[in-house]
Amino acid sequence: MKRWFPILGIVTLALLSYALYEALVAAPTERTMGDVQRIFYYHVPSAWTAFLLFFLNFVASIQYLVRRKPGVDRIANWIVLGIAVAICIGAYVVPPPAGVERSAVATTGLAVAAIYFLVRKLFPGDRADILAVVTAEVGVVFCTIVLITGPLWARPVWGIWWAPGDIRLTSTLVLWLIYIAYLMLRKFSSSGNTAVIAAVLAVFGALDVPLVYFSIWFFRTQHPQPVIGGGGSIDPRMMQVLLINWVAFLFFAYLVSWSRYRLEVIKREVERAQGMQELMETRAR
Amino acid sequence: MNFLYAAYAVTWVIHIGYLTTLVRRYARLKKEIAELKK
Repeated sequence: MKRWFPILGIVTLALLSYALYEALVAAPTERTMGDVQRIFYYHVPSAWTAFLLFFLNFVASIQYLVRRKPGVDRIANWIVLGIAVAICIGAYVVPPPAGVERSAVATTGLAVAAIYFLVRKLFPGDRADILAVVTAEVGVVFCTIVLITGPLWARPVWGIWWAPGDIRLTSTLVLWLIYIAYLMLRKFSSSGNTAVIAAVLAVFGALDVPLVYFSIWFFRTQHPQPVIGGGGSIDPRMMQVLLINWVAFLFFAYLVSWSRYRLEVIKREVERAQGMQELMETRAR
Repeated sequence: MNFLYAAYAVTWVIHIGYLTTLVRRYARLKKEIAELKK
């Protein structure tokens, strides 16, 4: 990866520049909102990226917890496989909500299982815990952007910065607070069980992600309706610009997460070495 | 238009701010490694 880092950096920079041009210049101007609608090209991809990172944090936390006992780990593998199969079958047996394709539900089920086993393969041992820290931190950065760009769009469009009581807005704020609490716990707790407590908090915290995502599907909110699925629609050119921006943000998130991951690995090695040094000094005395 | 530029500017200020903290943390770790090697 070290060798590919500069190349990936250049590709990401080019993608971000192109995505910025597409969002500010090439995308069509929305008829009622005007140019302020272009905030959407940063707001939505940031939210999707944050959700993906929090999902990875959820998977990594589960892996960290189940790996503590080999028997539980094996059972968890079967449960994940079972859930994936149940979702695939359920997608074709139970009628999905309006605007949702059966194949999309089935693919999501398979993707969840694939991500679970990919994380299991790529992040053995306590590397899953490192992945959890990294994805929570980078996810909070993207979620912060969502919470700031949202009101910057709402003020000229709605006439207010924030709609108190709106379930999408409130649940997103709660999600951000949960992960801030998670990072605070990791930073300031000196207990030997910090990683376990944080993993449990992450598993419960991640339950807020579907609530945030589906809140606009099932509740009447001030927040606009979904642009993909859920009966929503969008101009194809706008959708193209949105997806270009999301791809650019995914590349950027990957690069930042990789750098943060390396930093955490080195930090833990240094801490281990410092511990060893202190032990040797104590013994020498 | 001001709100649009503010949103884009804030996004990049946050990202660059976070990248700066990463660089600082790397520098601090490098110092610690140098001290360990002494």
